[in-house]
Amino acid sequence: MSSYLDETASQTAGPYVHIGLIPAQAGFDIFQNNFSNQLAGAETKGERIRIEGYVIDGTGAPIRDALLEIWQANAAGRYNHPEDKASPDAPLDPNFRGWGRGGTDFRTALYHFDTIKPGALPMLDGRMQAPHVNFWITARGINIGLQTRMYFADESAANAADPLLRLIEQDSRRQTLIAPREARDGTIVYRFDIRLQGDGETVFLDV
Amino acid sequence: MEKTGQYYQRDRLIHPPAYTPGYKTSVLRSPRLALLSVEQSLSDITGPVFGADEIGLLDNDLLRNYAKTGEPIGERMIVHGRVLDQDARPLAGVLVEFWQANASGKYRHVNDTYKAAIDPNFGGCGRALTDANGFYTFRSIKPGPYPWRNRLNDWRPAHIHFSIFGHGFSQRLITQMYFEGDPLIRHCPMLNGIPDDGARQRLIAPLDLNASIPLDSLAYRFDIVLRGRRGTYFENGQ
Ligand SMILES: [Fe+3]
Repeated sequence: MSSYLDETASQTAGPYVHIGLIPAQAGFDIFQNNFSNQLAGAETKGERIRIEGYVIDGTGAPIRDALLEIWQANAAGRYNHPEDKASPDAPLDPNFRGWGRGGTDFRTALYHFDTIKPGALPMLDGRMQAPHVNFWITARGINIGLQTRMYFADESAANAADPLLRLIEQDSRRQTLIAPREARDGTIVYRFDIRLQGDGETVFLDV
Repeated sequence: MEKTGQYYQRDRLIHPPAYTPGYKTSVLRSPRLALLSVEQSLSDITGPVFGADEIGLLDNDLLRNYAKTGEPIGERMIVHGRVLDQDARPLAGVLVEFWQANASGKYRHVNDTYKAAIDPNFGGCGRALTDANGFYTFRSIKPGPYPWRNRLNDWRPAHIHFSIFGHGFSQRLITQMYFEGDPLIRHCPMLNGIPDDGARQRLIAPLDLNASIPLDSLAYRFDIVLRGRRGTYFENGQ
């Protein structure tokens, strides 16, 4: 028998996740400091992008009570965390935390994040990873948070060499992680729909 | 020894599987295909760092952080515990967020249609950072049970929702804390989605009479364990 403790078991965030994590969407104002889906400020370095999409259930319907978080490197490919000891050519950006949180809208069912496009960065063994945004999705009916990644359609060469994408055998499954790029009224928008189940089911990760 | 490697593989046997038909909403929101197992990279080992300056002074005092005309109705209580990793090392500086119904089982939420009363002095959410020894604490009132649309007569046991960050994004966890002695616990399809009895029992916070404040508040103890990690980067000789 090992002496390790067991991890605490997950439970669904339930339908009222907004109260605790994004209270403005639950209809009230309580904290002085709120977390949001706006990751980039005026001083942040990098190309401004919007990521938006639906979270879709097994019948093909978008769900309106999901909560999503993203975690990403800055434009130089560095995470704002003491353990990312990247080379000097991947400097920290003091104006970019790299983390955001938002809900799917109760009416439109769309989520979005306003952020910057991250740089490429290496695996621990030095192989390069294509630029990507890490996603964590939870909602009523999701018993344990779902992890996935969004890659960028305009990075086809980097995507073709990405160690994670290369693990996916079927091209159609790989495509579930690659978001198309579109220019809309001067804003660069990446569309990233997350299909929880069924046709076109998103590749979720056990990391 | 400082541990800077990959996080231990998640033991999925102590978590509820995605598909738990007793909890009906999971039926259409559970992936059918296998998760893709991947090596961790900095994307997973790192995660957002939160500072004390982001937490308001009343954020961990639910008796006062939404009080308008007086104190909220209900049993005053303290909830406290430690956040540890699987090696029993305390995790400092961890953001713990929590939300709950009021004493009558009603959430302050636009989508809550339960007929029970809203409490004008209770918001029902808070947050805390763990201290150097991994401890967090907050004050609140004990939440009430509430009905929910699953089977027609399903009622949630009293519970508090917890969201915990850890030091890496792969430690991210959301769970629920239940209260010792609640007769609704054994009927709960959400809790019973966890296959392992020990894992279920660890979500039930015992009464902690030693931490209660005489003539003021009862106390419950809820310790949280996040994934542990290896001693060094696990390199596979690429
Ligand atoms: Fe609840």
